[in-house]
Amino acid sequence: MKAVNFENVAFSYREEDEFSLKNVSFSVEEGEFVAVLGHNGSGKSTLARLTNGLLHLTGGKITVFGTDVSDEKNLFEIRKKVGIVFQNPDNQTVASIVEDDIAFGPENIGVAREEIARRVDWALDAVGMTEYKQRMVSSLSGGQKQRVAIAGVLALKPQIMILDESTAMLDPKGRREIMDVVKKLNREEGMTILLITHFMEEALAADRAIVMNRGEIVMRGTPEEIFERHEELETYNLALPRIGVLCEMLKKGGMPVRYVLTPEELAKEIAACASK
Amino acid sequence: MRIEVKHLSYTYHSSAPFSAYALQDINLTIEEGEFFGIIGHTGSGKSTFVQHLNALIKLPTAEKKFKPKKVRKGQPAPVYPSIRIGTYDLGDKKTDFKELRSKVGIVFQYPEYQLFAETVALDVAFGLRNFSKTPLSQEETEEKVKEAIEAVGLDYHAVKDASPFDLSGGQKRRVAIAGVIVTKPEILILDEPAAGLDPLGKREIMELLHRLHASWCKTVIIVSHDMDEISENCTRAAVFSASRLKFCMPPSELFLHAEELETLGLDIPVTAKIQRELQKLGVEVHSDFTNEDFVRRVLERVGGTSC
Repeated sequence: MKAVNFENVAFSYREEDEFSLKNVSFSVEEGEFVAVLGHNGSGKSTLARLTNGLLHLTGGKITVFGTDVSDEKNLFEIRKKVGIVFQNPDNQTVASIVEDDIAFGPENIGVAREEIARRVDWALDAVGMTEYKQRMVSSLSGGQKQRVAIAGVLALKPQIMILDESTAMLDPKGRREIMDVVKKLNREEGMTILLITHFMEEALAADRAIVMNRGEIVMRGTPEEIFERHEELETYNLALPRIGVLCEMLKKGGMPVRYVLTPEELAKEIAACASK
Repeated sequence: MRIEVKHLSYTYHSSAPFSAYALQDINLTIEEGEFFGIIGHTGSGKSTFVQHLNALIKLPTAEKKFKPKKVRKGQPAPVYPSIRIGTYDLGDKKTDFKELRSKVGIVFQYPEYQLFAETVALDVAFGLRNFSKTPLSQEETEEKVKEAIEAVGLDYHAVKDASPFDLSGGQKRRVAIAGVIVTKPEILILDEPAAGLDPLGKREIMELLHRLHASWCKTVIIVSHDMDEISENCTRAAVFSASRLKFCMPPSELFLHAEELETLGLDIPVTAKIQRELQKLGVEVHSDFTNEDFVRRVLERVGGTSC
């Protein structure tokens, strides 16, 4: 079943403004992991906010598991299904203690008390933060705060999770922590993921990727297919990370390495060639 | 201009109970023409070091109140920290520090937050007006400002009358750099010049610094904790940790000390990590850690088209 479906979607913030999104059509299957790449101002965050009705579309049609987003009667149900994790770890917490913060969402939608406790424990376990249950949110690192934010969304048991540049303000270590959690949720829990980012290496974890530029979808394919066209990517102000540059240079030298994310993986690729 | 630092120590709040060493006995020479890297954590002393280089922090012997300690017979004379930059002696009260500061330019972290004037041209001209000994004519000022704005890769006529606040983040950073290079410093120091930029923005800034290094400022010094940036760009790098200088050598040698760097809580470049993983898998590759050399060595060792 299609988890998200966009049909010729158009959006502008004000009537007289230029369109922020134009003619955007794509769909995400249930359980799929899709990355949306794009430079600042490309329209990728607008796309996230339209999906759960934080913004109202100007034209076209969006459905989430077949339900129309533009009908206001459906919004409450849709927002239970679609959780968004935003960019700034400091703007997404409401309580001072980790477990209280995670319980906030389910409490609001009227989940029973015992069930809330179960969900909090489950969500903390899913993001690897069980031992921080009673800690002050303010004492956590950026990566840990973002994992709490993810747990807060998980506790609502959404079917789709959207990460809107959720790693942009984190250091490399924090970014790795978040990506590990996201991959695990997708593989082990079967959660549908829409990952919005301008870090190309993060897109490698996805099944498919789309590239946005000036409000339009300009490229689609597997992350590897998109990386192959890195010259075209640069015209959309996106560039390969250093490890991608190395993969590219090795390929040009005639070594059939795949595009990979980490030094460990690239070493394995090279060693595999060496043993042939 | 050559930078020669000897026995540099510095204590914050030296007379207070909370006095803390920021630098301890630093000895370091940076040759003219280098593209030098300074690495270290927050609190390692690297910023204190950089501030000494254009006398934002003065040496004790350059302070007005300074009087040499009396030395009793048979006792060794006290060793004072000394810094020489070209012909400037930073330990001498009589040194023209204003002139020195126009020769050693510092671009601070996130310099775009320091823009203030109404137009780009006025902002860039500010440093120039303040440093020149005789008042500059309108034409001279305009000529120099134009040159600096073009040197950082911006279109002078398109931006000169714009408010610096209307520019994009990348353009603002370039304007801020123009405001420092406009006095034609021989040494340009930049604190985290690529911080907060995406891969493309980083690459553009590094390319700009190489262009400036080739045509404008003889010596470029960058403070960074991005080891990939250091390994790809620098002739030599100094590592500061806990107020001491731990290493000072070319990146090709520095990153052979991967374990020690990691104990200091510092990262190593991607290329060094891949080499270490390869070694575990029984494939020995040794490079100078730049992309080009790394790829060449891997292809040599493993064979390109053959596999």
